[in-house]
Amino acid sequence: MPKTARLSRFNIASLALGLAFLYLPILILVIYSFNASRLVTVWGGWSLRWYREFFADRAMIEASWMSLRVAAASATIATLIGTLAAVALSRGERFRGRTLLSGMLYAPLVMPEVITGLSLLLLFVALNAERGFWTVTIAHTTLTMCFVAVVVQSRLGSLDRSLEEAAMDLGCAPVPAFLSVTLPLIAPAIVAGWMLAFTLSLDDLVIASFTTGPGSATLPIRIYSEVRLGVKPEINAICTLVIALIAVVIVIASLASKLSSSRGESAAPL
Amino acid sequence: MTDELPGTDVAGADAHPAAGEPLLRIVGVAKTFGTFRAVDGVSLEIKAGEFFALLGPSGCGKTTLLRMLAGFEAPDEGRILLGGKDIAQALPHQRPINMMFQNYALFPHLSVRDNIAFGLKRANMARADIATRVAEMVALVKLEGLEKRKPDQLSGGQRQRVALARALARRPQLLLLDEPLAALDKKLRESTQVELMELQRRLGMTFIIVTHDQEEAMTMADRIGVMKSGKLAQVASPRELYEAPRSRWIAEFVGDINLFDAESRLRDGHRLVIGTRDAGALVVAEPREPVGEGKFSVAIRPEKVKLSRRGPVAEAGHETAINRLDGVIADVCYLGGTTTYKVKLDTGGMLQASVANTARLDVDAYSLSQHVVAWFTPDDCMVLPS
Repeated sequence: MPKTARLSRFNIASLALGLAFLYLPILILVIYSFNASRLVTVWGGWSLRWYREFFADRAMIEASWMSLRVAAASATIATLIGTLAAVALSRGERFRGRTLLSGMLYAPLVMPEVITGLSLLLLFVALNAERGFWTVTIAHTTLTMCFVAVVVQSRLGSLDRSLEEAAMDLGCAPVPAFLSVTLPLIAPAIVAGWMLAFTLSLDDLVIASFTTGPGSATLPIRIYSEVRLGVKPEINAICTLVIALIAVVIVIASLASKLSSSRGESAAPL
Repeated sequence: MTDELPGTDVAGADAHPAAGEPLLRIVGVAKTFGTFRAVDGVSLEIKAGEFFALLGPSGCGKTTLLRMLAGFEAPDEGRILLGGKDIAQALPHQRPINMMFQNYALFPHLSVRDNIAFGLKRANMARADIATRVAEMVALVKLEGLEKRKPDQLSGGQRQRVALARALARRPQLLLLDEPLAALDKKLRESTQVELMELQRRLGMTFIIVTHDQEEAMTMADRIGVMKSGKLAQVASPRELYEAPRSRWIAEFVGDINLFDAESRLRDGHRLVIGTRDAGALVVAEPREPVGEGKFSVAIRPEKVKLSRRGPVAEAGHETAINRLDGVIADVCYLGGTTTYKVKLDTGGMLQASVANTARLDVDAYSLSQHVVAWFTPDDCMVLPS
């Protein structure tokens, strides 16, 4: 859209309505996280009390640490596998069953999480795997790698195949050609894919509750079980911190893709 | 990531066949995709220092053949010998051949300088030497001052130059150009054609260009190979291709032509008198290769046809053997330098005549429905198998 196009009053109103619908609940949550009162719905003045309580709450801190570790590990593995899958699917133009394979790769995108979670639970039980950090990480990798594959594949699809051929023509063996030309060009998409996987993992409750074991609850599981006993204002503080973290990640991701598009590449889809 | 490869002529020290010696020999090369035979038994010899054009309509296999020379496709059959060594199965980076891609394939994340230096870095060249060679290439293609630009900050013509410089930087024994001028507008294309020819002559390098534009091939190439359905239909100099095409299809593909199907023939000394339905009896010079028993046509290029109001202008000694056809102007197409007339012959056929506009005022021009006499000599006629 050209920068000079001005918004009509109707546009401004609908934009405001949409934004309010999305962000008003979050705004209230953030404001109430600074509430001094013990009661969630009664305003008792500004305070950082609940943040202090959170940092003193060992169980919550442990759950947060667990979630961050799971998110980082599963996002990294998912990015690796998802990128390789995307490369294989966009490069192997002539192999049989390509359509079926790419369809199968995307199926988990629309699969209900309950089914993914349950099937993974059955698998881990059958393998007699001890449930904990690694089972959740593997489950989250399963969930997020197809998102990474989609993001990376769309970038690869817009990339000219002859670039890699040119690199080979100029003296690169196939693997160095990929590393020196294709990889730098799809890097923004890979970064975006990692961040998407990270936030998806951080956010997930259903699959994690199926695949985790005793003593290794992730943050969403912990929050959920606390809330069932009644909402403490401390939850608001935790949620505000999570929102801040995700906001930072998104800002970094969009800065990265802006940087890459100013270098003459089309921005990675986020 | 650097590959020390035998035969990679980066320093230019490798033995290179002298000009005129065969550099590349393609022997019975074939490539099939699924059930489609893209290249069907092509054999070809290309001399060192030659500017060779592969010409053909889209889907004729010319690009596949070029890609096999570059190493992006491996031939199913046949051999590709470069300086006597079979490279048919070698990978692209193992060949002393470089290619200029149709869409240029410039690396968007690298500057002009780094694009040109890319192939030199892979060849383990010293930094100082790379800088010298890049400066040399930048000067060669007149891109001074743009070294730090990214490809998307360049015009189409400048990108084309970067692609050329990048492909030339390694001093390949053979440069392949895949439709190198297709993305340029007409004016720029014409000036670039001349520049490419000058460059090729100055560097003494061997060029193989793939094009579907017959004018481009005619302008630039020393020899042209016309491809049709995966086969080489004819390999000849531009003049020979135009004046002595081997088949009716080639004659029609290269330039405009009038064709009349033969119905009967009669020998008359060194001439043949050929009866046609659309143009009556035509006298043609006896072709070098005897006409077979099959169907054939008489062909005449439009610019060889002369028009006049009354009849053939006398040319010493030729009067009796001239083909003279009466008709009416049916269509006039003014093209600036020439005018193309379509003449409806009294015998029923259509004849196209291309007349140079030698005078500014239109005293020589013919108008629609005007009666004219078209004439041409037997030597200007070709006899082509259908």
